[in-house]
Amino acid sequence: MPIDQKDITWVEEPSIGLWESMYLPAIAQGLATTVRHIFQKPVTQQYPEQRPQLPLNYRGVHRLNRDERGRVKCVACMLCATACPAHCIDIVGDEAPWEDRDKYPIKFEIDELRCIYCGMCEEACPVDAIELTSIFDLTGSTRQEMIFDKDKLLSVYDKTVNDGKDPARTTRGVLGPASDNLVPPERMAWPIDQLPAAEQ
Amino acid sequence: MIETMLPWLINIAIVMGTILTACAFLIYVERKLSAYMQDRMGPNRVGPFGLLQSLADGLKFILKEDVIPRHSDRFLFLLAPVLAVLTTMLAFAVVPFGPTSENPDEWQFVIAPNVDIGIVYIFAVGSLAVYSIVLGGWASNNKYSMLGALRASAQVISYEIPLGTSILGVVLLTSSLNLEDIIHFQADNGFWYWNIFTQPLAALIFLTAALAESNRMPFDLPECEQELIGGYHTEYSAMKFAMFFLGEYTHVITISFLFSVMFLGGWHFPWIAEPGANTTLDWALKIGVLVAKVAMIIVLIMMIRWTIPRFRFDQLMGLAWKALVPLTFFNLMLVMFTKQFDWPLWVVTIGSIILFVGAAGLNGILAQRHLRSLSVSPSSSTALGPV
Repeated sequence: MPIDQKDITWVEEPSIGLWESMYLPAIAQGLATTVRHIFQKPVTQQYPEQRPQLPLNYRGVHRLNRDERGRVKCVACMLCATACPAHCIDIVGDEAPWEDRDKYPIKFEIDELRCIYCGMCEEACPVDAIELTSIFDLTGSTRQEMIFDKDKLLSVYDKTVNDGKDPARTTRGVLGPASDNLVPPERMAWPIDQLPAAEQ
Repeated sequence: MIETMLPWLINIAIVMGTILTACAFLIYVERKLSAYMQDRMGPNRVGPFGLLQSLADGLKFILKEDVIPRHSDRFLFLLAPVLAVLTTMLAFAVVPFGPTSENPDEWQFVIAPNVDIGIVYIFAVGSLAVYSIVLGGWASNNKYSMLGALRASAQVISYEIPLGTSILGVVLLTSSLNLEDIIHFQADNGFWYWNIFTQPLAALIFLTAALAESNRMPFDLPECEQELIGGYHTEYSAMKFAMFFLGEYTHVITISFLFSVMFLGGWHFPWIAEPGANTTLDWALKIGVLVAKVAMIIVLIMMIRWTIPRFRFDQLMGLAWKALVPLTFFNLMLVMFTKQFDWPLWVVTIGSIILFVGAAGLNGILAQRHLRSLSVSPSSSTALGPV
C-alpha cells in the first residue's frame, strides 16, 4: 500500500547558525553542565557500611515460614516445585505427625545458584509457606553450600522474622488462605500488625 | 667540573621527582574530578580521602604479571614504553619551572638554561613520542593495536602542523625561540602583553592541537575503547602499561607548562610576581604563580576530557586540515604584517577575533549548503522509491 503524502512528516536537521558553528560557546555550555554537577551531592551509596533500602517486594533469598507453633508451615503440596521454571526446588513429603495437616516436608531443598528469583514459588504457595526476603548479598565458597536445605531455609526465617522488613505480598504466622478452615477464627485477623508472633 | 654539573643534577632531581609524584597525584585528581562530575564519589578507600590510591595502583602495577605476547616483536615491544616516558621527560629539559635570569651565576630554575632553540628542541623531541605509539602498535602484532597506532600517527602528524605554526606567531613577536626570553618579553611589557591577550587565536589553536598531540579526550581516537579495545597499548600490561600512562600524564604536564610559559606570561603576574624582584620570597612567589597557572590548565584539560565526546576520525582530520592549518597561517600573516608595519599589538587581537568569527561563519555556511544538498524536498516523492 502506498504511503499517503499527508501521512509523511518531513523533518529537517536544525540549521547551524554562527553561534553554533563557533563551537566554543557549546564547549563552555558543556563545561558549565559538568561544573554544576561537581557541586551536586553524589548519589553513591557506600555499600558495605551503608545498606541499600530495598523495596518490600524485592525478590531475594527464600525463607521457609513457621506457623504459630514454630513448626514448618509447608504442607508439601509440591505446587512451588511445579511452578518453578528453573526446577531448583526439591521436596520430599511425608505424613505429618500433627493433626491439622496431612503432609509435611521431610526434605525441602532449594538450589540458590539455579534459582532465577522469579518469585513464582511464592505466588504458587497456597499456605504462604515460602517467601522471598530482601537478602541479596548471598555468597558461598562451594556449590554444595549454596543448596539450602529445610533447616537453613527455616533459619533464614528466624533471622529475618523480626527485622521489620517482611515481604509485602504475603502474611506470616498463620497458614495461608488454603488452610483458613484449619485456623481458629480468632486467629484469622488479616491486618499484619494484628497477626500473632511465631512461637519459637 | 662537578661544581658546574651540580645545579643541573639538582634541577634534574627536582624535575624528575616532582613530575613522577605529580603524575600519581594527577591521576587521583582526575579520578576524583570525573567522579564528582558524574555525581559519584571517586576513590575514597585507600588512605584519607583515597589519597593513597595512586600508590596502591603503582604497587599493583609492579606486582602484576608482566605479559609479553609470544607473537610480538620482543625488542620493539619493550622499547615502546621506554620511548613513551623518555621523550616526554626529555622535552622538559628546556621548560623553565621558575624564574631564570641572563646572569649565569644566579640559580636557574630550568635544567638546561638559555637554550636558544628551546621551542624547536621541544617540538623535535615531542614528535618522537609518536614512535612509542607506532612501535607499540606494530610490535604487538595485533590488529587493534596496529589500527590504533596508525590512527595515532596520522593524528599526531596532522596536528603537529597547527601546533608548530601557532607558536610561530609568538616567536615572531618575541624574536626568539628561547622560552625564557618569551617569558621575559611578556613580563617586561606587562599584563596586557601576555600572548593570550595579543594572540588569542594562536592560544586556542595551540591548546587544541596540544590536546590532540597528547592523545587525550576528545582526541583519544588511538585508544578509544569502544572501537579498538585499548588501541596501541592493548597488549601491554603491568609496569609497561603504567609507563604509557606515565608518558601521557607527563605530556599533559609539559603542554600545560608550555601553554603557561608561552601564552600566560610564565611566572609573571602583576603586583605579585614582577620581573625586577629578586629576593628568595619573590622566587617562591614566581614558582607559585607558574605552578598555579599550570594547575589551572591541567584542570581545564581534565574537565574538557570529561565533558566533550570523542571526534569521528574524518571530523578529526577535517578540523586539523580544513580549520586549524589555514587559521594558523592567516594568524601568522597577521603577526607578520603587524611586525612589518609597526602596527600596535591590539591589531593582532582584533584580527584574531575577526579571523575566528569569519572562519566560524564560513563553516556555518558550508555546513548549511552541505545539509541542503543532502536533504530531499517534500515535493519529489521519488525518494521513497516506486510507489
